[in-house]
Amino acid sequence: MKNRSWAFLAGGLLVALLLAGVVSNYASSHPDGLDSSLLKGCTVDADDNIVGGSCPAQQAREHELGDSPLADYGVRGIRNSFVSTGLSGVLGVLVTFAIGAGGFWLLRRRGDASTRGDDTADGTSSTGDATAAEGATGDAVTAARHTS
Amino acid sequence: MHISNGIIDGPVAAVFAALALAALTACVLRGRRDLDDRLAPMAGLVAAFIFAVQMLNFPIFTAGVSGHLLGGALAAMLVGPWVGALCVAVVLVVQALIFGDGGVAMLGLNITNMALLGTAAAYLLIAVLLRVLPRTRAGLAVTAFVAALLSVVVASQGFVVEYWLGGTTDLGGNLAGLAGTMAGVHLLIGIGEGLITATTVLTVAKVRPDLVYALRALPTPAVPAVGVSGGVR
Repeated sequence: MKNRSWAFLAGGLLVALLLAGVVSNYASSHPDGLDSSLLKGCTVDADDNIVGGSCPAQQAREHELGDSPLADYGVRGIRNSFVSTGLSGVLGVLVTFAIGAGGFWLLRRRGDASTRGDDTADGTSSTGDATAAEGATGDAVTAARHTS
Repeated sequence: MHISNGIIDGPVAAVFAALALAALTACVLRGRRDLDDRLAPMAGLVAAFIFAVQMLNFPIFTAGVSGHLLGGALAAMLVGPWVGALCVAVVLVVQALIFGDGGVAMLGLNITNMALLGTAAAYLLIAVLLRVLPRTRAGLAVTAFVAALLSVVVASQGFVVEYWLGGTTDLGGNLAGLAGTMAGVHLLIGIGEGLITATTVLTVAKVRPDLVYALRALPTPAVPAVGVSGGVR
């Protein structure tokens, strides 16, 4: 891979780590669309616990791995909820990237003619990008066409 | 949109686990054609990014309801439908096995809705929209937004079908009520999905247009876009 690809990967990972590590603490804790749809017929208190009525959500059972050290996006043993949520998010991003990138790397096709063709495409794309950078931003999309 | 244990009965969940496994195998076989040295790490990044953004539940309208990105449209845009479905599936497996989010027994159902249905619906829409809309940033933004929004609604209806097959509460014949509630809520969540997807895709298209799969893979319209002359300038 070219240096530019490494830079893009590093930048993207940094954004993901910030979102999962910091911004996640400002996420809404209310039930999502599916869970709230299943609560129809029940009444809930301020903490979204069922206090009466009858609804599909009452059939919900414990999670098989509910006592995992990272269950419910927190690190067991860390009292500070900001740190707990953030750290679990950071670990989640790193684990997901490791499994994803590692798995896809093992699955990738290699050593055939089309891979060599990609090396050429990499070179062309640099030219295409330079053109896009010089032109109006609206042309970035067009530049992508030239590369393919 | 993660289904918790106990919501759908065991036999139906098992059938969907088998279906999902078969579909993911097909995605691996077909996706390998797309996976080269450049796409593989990018796909890992897409999975990690989707994991991160799925943590960010945003509030919608009234009454204490939230929503979060599903990511099928984003993945389809950036790494294509086959690898994209695998990206979302990786996220769902990590969430179920490590974070206790979405029952392990429900994994096949959740993968079917979010990874398979969501990504497939999104890519079909992307393929159509990119052909009919102008190849401009605005066209790309509209494509991402619409495909993302509708893919969430399609995924939500996947759950309704599963609930019809194996829901653990008798709705008294009122499946249409559940379908309507799910569609309405997820239309609103879809707006958030659309905004996040469009913003992310536009950002990547600006920095590294060659990394947007949909722009590489889909044939360009016969009539050259207006932007061509500007691009060569």
